[in-house]
Parts: sequence; C-alpha cells; structure tokens
Amino acid sequence: MSLLEVTDLSKHYAGRPSLGDRLSGKRRTLVRAVNGVSLAVERGEILGLIGESGCGKSTLGRAILRLHEPTDGRVVFDGTDVTALPAPELKAMRRRMQIIFQDPYASLNPRRTVAEIVGLPLALHGLASREEARAVTARVLERVGLRAAQLDRYPHQFSGGQRQRIGIARALVSNPEFIVCDEPVSALDVSIQAQIIALLLELKRDLGLTYLFISHDISVIGYLSDRVAVMYLGEIVETGPVAAVLDNPRHPYTQSLLSAVPEIGTKRARGRVRLQGDLPSPLNPPPGCKFHTRCPLAVAACRTLAPETRTVGPGHSAACHRLDEGLSLLEGAR
Amino acid sequence: MTDATLAAAPSAESLFRRNLRDFRRNRLAMASVAVILIFVLMAVAAPLIAPQDPNETDLFRRLQPPGWAEGGDWAFPLGCDALGRDILSRIIYGARISIFIGAAVIFLATGVGILAGLAAGYFRGWVDVVISRVVDILLGFPYLIFAIGLMAMMGPGLLNIVLALAYKEWVIPCRVVRGETLAVRELEYVEAARALGAGPRHIMWREILPNILSPVIVVSTIRMAHVIILEASLSFLGLGVQPPTASWGSMVSDGRAFILEAWWVSTFPGLAILLLVLAINVASQALRDAFDPRFSE
Amino acid sequence: MTVLLEVTSLRTEFATRAGLVRAVDGVSLQVRRGECLGVVGESGSGKSVTFTSVMGLVRSPGKVAAGTIFFDGRDLCQLSSEEMRAIRGRDIAMTMQDALTALNPALTVGEQMAEVMVAHDETLPAGRAARRSAIRERSVEMLGLVGIPSPETRLRQYPHEFSGGMRQRIMIAIALTCRPKLLIADEPTTALDVTIQAQVLELITDIRARLGMAVVLITHDLGVVAEHCDRVMVMYAGQVVEEGPTAAVIERPRHPYTRGLLASIPRPALRGQRIEPIMGQVPDLVGLPPQCRFHSRCPMARPECLVAVPMLPAGPGRQARCLRLEDLA
Repeated sequence: MSLLEVTDLSKHYAGRPSLGDRLSGKRRTLVRAVNGVSLAVERGEILGLIGESGCGKSTLGRAILRLHEPTDGRVVFDGTDVTALPAPELKAMRRRMQIIFQDPYASLNPRRTVAEIVGLPLALHGLASREEARAVTARVLERVGLRAAQLDRYPHQFSGGQRQRIGIARALVSNPEFIVCDEPVSALDVSIQAQIIALLLELKRDLGLTYLFISHDISVIGYLSDRVAVMYLGEIVETGPVAAVLDNPRHPYTQSLLSAVPEIGTKRARGRVRLQGDLPSPLNPPPGCKFHTRCPLAVAACRTLAPETRTVGPGHSAACHRLDEGLSLLEGAR
Repeated sequence: MTDATLAAAPSAESLFRRNLRDFRRNRLAMASVAVILIFVLMAVAAPLIAPQDPNETDLFRRLQPPGWAEGGDWAFPLGCDALGRDILSRIIYGARISIFIGAAVIFLATGVGILAGLAAGYFRGWVDVVISRVVDILLGFPYLIFAIGLMAMMGPGLLNIVLALAYKEWVIPCRVVRGETLAVRELEYVEAARALGAGPRHIMWREILPNILSPVIVVSTIRMAHVIILEASLSFLGLGVQPPTASWGSMVSDGRAFILEAWWVSTFPGLAILLLVLAINVASQALRDAFDPRFSE
Repeated sequence: MTVLLEVTSLRTEFATRAGLVRAVDGVSLQVRRGECLGVVGESGSGKSVTFTSVMGLVRSPGKVAAGTIFFDGRDLCQLSSEEMRAIRGRDIAMTMQDALTALNPALTVGEQMAEVMVAHDETLPAGRAARRSAIRERSVEMLGLVGIPSPETRLRQYPHEFSGGMRQRIMIAIALTCRPKLLIADEPTTALDVTIQAQVLELITDIRARLGMAVVLITHDLGVVAEHCDRVMVMYAGQVVEEGPTAAVIERPRHPYTRGLLASIPRPALRGQRIEPIMGQVPDLVGLPPQCRFHSRCPMARPECLVAVPMLPAGPGRQARCLRLEDLA
C-alpha cells in the first residue's frame, strides 16, 4: 500500500464577485486551483510535482496536509483518512506529515529564536521536557549543518541558505515520515541550492523519509525524483517514472516544458517547441482539455471533451486525446 | 558543512534591541522622554514637591500674580487662582489626573483593541463582520460629543471618565491590530506553525502578536496625547473631575473669566497640557520611525 | 567588431551601517558592437550594480568611486547628469527583473512609450498631429516587434492588464523604442515560467540580430547564457573571476568557482550521482582583505592564494582570476 494516496482531490476558492457582477446578478466566480487530482506516493520515494506558477501545485501540497481545507476528495496517509480526521487527531497526524517552505525569509517568525522555532513541535506535542527539547533541537540543528551555539540567535542573523536549513530542522524535529517540500530551493542561489538539495537527499536516505517535492524547475525534479507528476491548470496531465517521463514524454505540455529548459554543454539534442500565449486564468479555464488553447496538436475534440487519463507504459500515464496517434511535438520540431 | 555557518552573523542583537538603539540615538526624542519622565515623577511625588496644599483656599491671596511680578510672592511661584489656591501645586497635582487617565484609558483601550482586533483578523467571517461594524458605528460619532453624552448619562467620577473615553478609544488599536493580523496570518511562518499542529491560541499570541506589537505601541502612544487633551476638554466643560480636585482642564476653565486681569490662572495649566502633549507626540513620532519598518529607510 | 562599451577598473561603493561595501571592486569589461555578453553571478556578486553604474543609476548611499566607462567613444563618468539622461534610453537601455514594479501603473503602455520618444527622438515631426501619429505608428511597430497581438488596442491598456511574460515584453519594447546601441537586460526571465522564459529569450536574440544591437544579459542561470550569449563573464564577490567565449568557458572552466557553479547545477543526467556543491557561502563584502576572494570556499586553495590575484590570460580571448588556472586546463 502506498504511504500517501490522494483521490479526486479538489480545492476551489470562491472568488469575490465585483460590484458590477453583483448588480447584474452573476454567480460567484469559482477558482478551481486543484481539480480532481489523484496520485500516490510510495514509502521512501520522491515524487516530483512539476508545473508553472499558478498551476495549483502549492495548493495541492497544502490541501494534502489540510493546511488549506480540501473542497472535495480524499487523502489517505498510511491507512488513515486525513480528510476525515477531527482536530485532535489531525494535530497528532501533523507530527508525521511536515512541510518545508519556499521562502526562507517569510517562513521563520522574526521575533523568535532558532531554539523556539525549531523546538516548537516538541512543545506543541509535549514530546520533550524543556531541557530535553533544547538538547534535541541542538542535535537536529547540527544534523542540518548548523551549530548548537546558534540556538539563541534570531532568523535575521542568518543567510538565506542557513535559514532554509532552520526550516528543514523545524520540519524534522518531530520525526516525520513524509515531507512536502514546496519549492525549497527556488529562492536560493545556485551554489546554495546544490547544498540544500544534497542535504535533503542525505536526510531522506538516512532517515527513510518520503518527499512530495514541488518545483517549477525540471532540472531539479529530474535530478532527484523517482517519479514525476506534471500539473497544468489544477490537473495532473502526466505521471510516471522519472526516466520514462523525461525521455519519452507523452503529453504535449510535458514535451513543450522539457524543450523550453535551457541546456548546458551539449548542443540542443531536441528541437524547441514554441508554445503560443500564456497560461489561461484559472478563474475562467477553457472547456475540454485545458491545454488546448496553447497546444499545437489540438483538434476539435480537445475543445469540448476533457481527455481521460490513460496508461501509456509501466506506471506511466497521461491525459490527452491524441496519445494513440503517436505524435510528438519533439519529433516535429527536430 | 559547518563552515557554511561560521561566517556572516550580522549582529548578535534582536530586532527589538536594534530598534531601541535607533530610538536612543534620536536626541529630540530623548529630550521628550525626559519631559514625560519629569511629569510622571511630578505626579507620583506630588505631596513631596508641591510647595502648598493644592486645595487650601485663602481669599487674601485671590488672583495673586506670579512670584516675579509685582505683588507676587515666591512662596506661590506661579501665582494663585480666584480662590487663592497655589497654581503650581495644583498643576503638580493635576499631572496625576492627566497622566492617570491617559494611561488608564490607553491601557484599557489597547487591551480590548488587541483582543477584538486579533479575533476579527484571525477568525474573519462573522466575527470580523460584527467587530468591524461596531468599530464603524463608533467611528461615526464625533469623539467629544460621544464622551459628553456618556458622562451626562453616567455622572461624574474618575472611573466614569476613564470608561467614557475608553468606550470609543479601543477602536483605534483594534483597527490597527486587525489590519496587521490580516497581513501576518497569511505569512508562511504562521502556516508553518499550523502545519506543526499549533492551535489558534498559540498562533494568535505567540506567532502573530509579537510581530504586530510595534505599530500598536506606536499608535497607542500617539493616542495617549489625544486622550489627555480629551480629558482636559471634558474637565474644561465641567464634565470631568469634580472640584475641588485639581485638573488642568478645569483650571484653564476657572481662569477663563479673569483672562484679562489674571492671565496666569489659565496660561500655566494650558502650558502644562501643551508641554506634555507635545513631548508625547515627539516621542511617539520617533518611536514610529525607529520601530515601524514602513517608515524607516 | 569594434568595442562599444569599455569599462576599466570600476569601483562602486556603498556606505552602510556595517561599513564600506565595495559592491563592485575593480571590474573591467568590454562589450563589442552587436555581440551578446552574458554576466553570471549569484546574489551579491555585483553583477547588477556593475551595470546600474554604467547607466549612472546607482542610488545613494552608493557611488561610483573609481574607474572609467567609455561608451561609443565618450567617458560616461565625465558627463553631466543632463548629458547622461540623453544617453539613457536613447543609446543604452536597461530592462529590470520585475516588470510589474518597473512600469508605471498609472499610465497606459502607449503613454509610457510616447514618453521615451518625446524625451529622446529629435526626428519626430514638428506638427502636433503629425507628431502624435508618428509616435503611435512607432509604438504599434515596437509592440508588434516584441510579439504582442493586436498592438493598437493593447496600447491603450495599463500594465496590470498584461500577464508577467507580456509585461516583460512591453518593457523590452519600451527599451527598444529609440533603437539603442546597447540593451542591458537584468534578469529578464527570472520571474517568468520556463515556457514563457524561452519565448522572451528567443525574442531578445531575434531582435538583436535584426537591429544589430549589443546585449548584456545579466542572469544567474548558466543554461540561459549557454544558449544565448557569445561571451560570458562570471562575477564573484564584486570581481570578475573569469571571462571568455561561452562555449570554451562552459566546456573547460579555468576558475574553480565557475567549475563549482557548473558542477552544482542539478541535471537529470546526473541522477544518482552526488552533485558537488560549493561549500560555505559568499564572504561578507565589508573589509575584505586583499586576497583571492574565493579561497575560503575553494577546494584547490593553497597558502600562496592569500594574495591579491589579477586577471591572468587563460587561452584565446580568455582570462581568469586564479593562480592555479594552469592546473584546470
């Protein structure tokens, strides 16, 4: 059984109707940030979740942890339905499911010391007495590459990379099994980014952790994930083992995403797919396949009918009407 | 890897201490703080420093001029009022009323305002609607008229003045707290606390409040000056502290009738009000510059 | 190709609370006509400050303390602020990373483009009506050039009505209105999604070829440089540490920092292998001793590295600031 199983998860936000809309009696607008997403994460693996800004990947991560209450669907963690848990049990569950945030500045309370920030889960869950908490916190801090002597410092006394280490320590201190990494390296400089990635991989190996790794950076996802899920406008368009998705992407969106990444050294092996236009607004998503407005392969059916997710290889599936025709944007552009 | 952590430790002081140091560097602000401290000291030690009994009347000293003027007596340095009471002693005792009422009102109002503002900003929904509407309604009344009405209803008395002023004053910190809370509650560290299993109590008191306290303190200080003026206005109108207790507002009022022949009766308590309010305003301005990051460069 | 921009020993300093920060310390560089120079560095490397110095836009408490900046034969440091203003926008244009804050939210796109033309273009016709239609025609042309559909209607819209990628294009269009000889693009794609990023970069490359202007592309992304730049200049802690033809530098970096930077980029091809991050972090720029600035993080550092290292020749058209560059050949 998978450690985490997400079934048909949706998160919709009611948009505020403008005065004009209200006067003309229009209905409330609905932002479908996450729309019927299903995915599974196996124990000990890294599932990379990739997508552009506004595709709902961060919302999905937060809905799984119930930081944003899901509108619909189920999240089952280690056999327990998280979506149905009452508050006290949910609190207990939070020890086992953690999150690392993108912004190393906004995610640490500037008025609290490192000891207070990292030790918070111990206090909240009564995991350790005061003196023990300090010792545990110091140990975790050293585990992530900081020093115990820095316990009583404030966040502003650290650099971005060090702050991200503090955020990682906070997520680790309650011994979780599963961590949502929400763009943990996107705000960091290249050399620091590599340090944090190396640390996250090392921790995963040593502590047997499972990650849902959210990123917009295909290089990062491709480097560290075991499996990949590609998200577009609130839906998963393709999932599969990292090698299959990267080497043989089947959804035209995945193909265009891969071809857009600038490469170093090797002269571009693949052609470049030029996508037309911008990401449509999730307030007013196109009907049918949501990608059809930008898809060079779109046909009449794509404009009206949402494609079903189909298996295209071992553990590899995609949602596109034109899968069978064996078309590839990359072929055409070569 | 620990090498990474050895470098760069900008300064081993908290944000608060750094702000405090900025504040201390401002000379005008420090002078204002000194003035405020003198007034507070005067209020506390009034019986020890007042040269005369503030309520002792003597019709032979009626409207006696200040010590340096002709017909003055240095035993009564700022002169006497229509009942022959020593003005300096009455100003010293009056400081007690002004400062006590100012502090009590602000303390009460800030406490209530923080509670209401945090609740409105954190829970939002109907809690916010109810609190915000009450705030809007209270803001709709002119302050002084509102206080006059309340005083007329409740009758005079020190406690009633405090209540009459606090009734409306809490909306000011409440609005500040609500706005700041709305902004801070969306920050990732609040979300992080929730992800760790923290409940609303912890989040409001430990995560949000410490981060919004600076603007609240700044606003409360500014408002304190305002409250002192309001108290003086109420006393001036005869709705404040009742005679014979000395209050700056009623002293100014007492002197009104003799303003031409005995200017000192109104002028000195008026100057006391001016000096204290000015000092508080300057200090709060500097406090804002030092503590509120939006005003610092 | 002749030299368009030549900066020599530029030093830009910021007086901060903690002390004097030399954000740019002895930077020399050349941009030739029509070429694309990539400037790579992490935050705090001085890559942006170098070019705000060239533009004469360093804000207080910063100031250009030393050096010469020759552009098209004139020393920009000797110009009055009046003369400098005439050059900015007309001969050298700069686009900012954050298009939303760099555009004026209260003016339409058309008005902002007109402003630049009115300020700089002496060839505009004198008559009011003729002038207006000329400006309009030119604005439509520029928006079309950067690939904005239906430019006539778009001219009347405000910045917030455009998406992030569109705003970046508009900023480029505004920068290009007076056909500058040099376009400085400061992190033009950092705030954008990959698919949009590719569009904008191709646009810049395309326009460069068509207008024959030189481009300086400031970025932290070596991948972007590899695909779009003729030459690359790597900066670290306020200094240039390596420069040369892009392909050569990326294939065989001669400075350990460049090498470390390349090795620390995660790539799908490196799956399962450990990436080698550069240890430690950028030194504090206050009170740096005159020695190799990278030595504390350098795996190849030796005692003799504790001296001020000059740029040394490292092959055809290449230089690197490392005493051990021969060992990296």
